[in-house]
Amino acid sequence: MLKSHQLLLERHFQPVFAPVDLEVRGGELWLITGANGAGKTTLIRLLAGLARPTSGRLLREAGTVAYLGHQLGLKADLSVVENLAFAAALSGGDALPIQRTLERLDLADASHQAARTLSAGQRKRCALARLSLTPASLWLLDEPYANLDAPGVKVVDALLAEHLDGGGACVMSTHGALRPPDLPWRELAIQPWEAPA
Amino acid sequence: MSGRVLLPLLRRDLLLAYRRRTELLLPLVFLLVVVSLFPLGVGPGPQVLARIAVGVIWIAALLATVVSLDGLFRSDFEDGSLEQVAVSGHSLARVALVKALVHWLVAGLPIVLLSPLLAIWMNLPEGGLGALVASLALGTPTLSLLGAIGAALTVSLNRGGQLLSLLVFPLYVPILILATSAVSSATDSLPYNGQLGLLAAGLVAALTLAPMAIAAALKLSLE
Repeated sequence: MLKSHQLLLERHFQPVFAPVDLEVRGGELWLITGANGAGKTTLIRLLAGLARPTSGRLLREAGTVAYLGHQLGLKADLSVVENLAFAAALSGGDALPIQRTLERLDLADASHQAARTLSAGQRKRCALARLSLTPASLWLLDEPYANLDAPGVKVVDALLAEHLDGGGACVMSTHGALRPPDLPWRELAIQPWEAPA
Repeated sequence: MSGRVLLPLLRRDLLLAYRRRTELLLPLVFLLVVVSLFPLGVGPGPQVLARIAVGVIWIAALLATVVSLDGLFRSDFEDGSLEQVAVSGHSLARVALVKALVHWLVAGLPIVLLSPLLAIWMNLPEGGLGALVASLALGTPTLSLLGAIGAALTVSLNRGGQLLSLLVFPLYVPILILATSAVSSATDSLPYNGQLGLLAAGLVAALTLAPMAIAAALKLSLE
C-alpha cells in the first residue's frame, strides 16, 4: 500500500532523521514513535506527499489517502455538518452517513454549531469524523489521540479496528504516552541522523 | 481526479465569504475612500478631475484588489484546509482557478459594478464610461489571477502582505497602461477595441497559465 526506501528529508542541509525504510500492507497499523522534535510530523507529511523527500523513494498505491495533521482542516465559520459535507465531497466519499458518524462521535448535539465554538476535543472529534466518510484506504494520522478524552480514544480505536478489518492501513505518529490498546501494531522508531564517520 | 469537487469548493468559499461579509466590504470602502480623497487633494475643479479620472479609478481598483488578496489563501493555509485539498489528489490548478474566481466574484465584480458611480464622482468625460466598465470587466479577473500567484507565494510568510504588494504591482503595470489608454482613447472619440482586445488576450493567458503557477506556489508554501 505504501513503500518507502531510504527516505530522507534535509532541512538546512542537515537530514532530519536517519533514512526511513517502511513497507505498509493492507490491514496493518504502524506507529511512528520518537521524542519531541524527532521528525514524526515531518515523516507523516512526507508520506502524505505534502513535502518532497530530498532523496529516497516513496511508492504509494493509487487511490486517495486520508490525512489528519495538527491543523485539523476545519473551517471555523462553517458548522460541523457543513465541514463534514465538504470533506466528503473532497474525498469523493458519501455524505449520507454524516448523521450516524456524528452520533457515534458524540457530536450530534453540536452538529449545527460553528466549528469556532467547539472545544479542542470536539474539534478533534469532528476532524476524526472525516475518516469514516472517506473511501481512502490509507490513513495518515498525526497524533490522533491528542486532546481526546477516554471515550474519544475508544471511538478512535473502534474506527481504526473497522478500517483495518476492511483491508485498510494506517500510519500514525504518537509520542508514547498514548497507544491504541486493543489493536496489534508495528512500530517504526525514528532514529536521529548520524553522520557517517 | 475529476472536477467534481470544484462545485462544492465554489459553494463553500462563497458561503464562507457570505459569513464574513463585513470583511468583504472593507476593500470596497477602501476603494471609495481613496477615490474620494483625490478631489480633496488636487482640488475639485471639473477639468482637473476629468483629466485624472481614469488613472485614479484604476489605481484605486489595483489597491483595493491587493488589499483583499492577502486573505485569499491565508485562512485555508492556517487551518489546514489547504493540506486537506492538497492530499485529496485533486488538481491544485483547478482548485486555484476556483479560488481566483471566488476572489473576483467578491472583490473584482463589485468594483466593476461600482465604477459608474466612481466615474460620476471623478467627472469622467461622457464617452469614457463604456470603455471604463469594459476595461474593468476584462482587467479585474486578470488582477485576481495574477494576484493569486503572489498570494500563494507569500501565504507561508508571517508578514506576507507587504511583500505581496511588491510582487504583484509590477505584474499589474501592463493592465493599468492598456486600460487607461483604452479609456483615454474613448474619451477622445478614438477607437479603443485594440486595447480591449489586448486586455482580453491577457485575461485568456492568465486563465490558462496562472492556475499552474498558483498550484506550484501553493505546493512550495506547503513544504
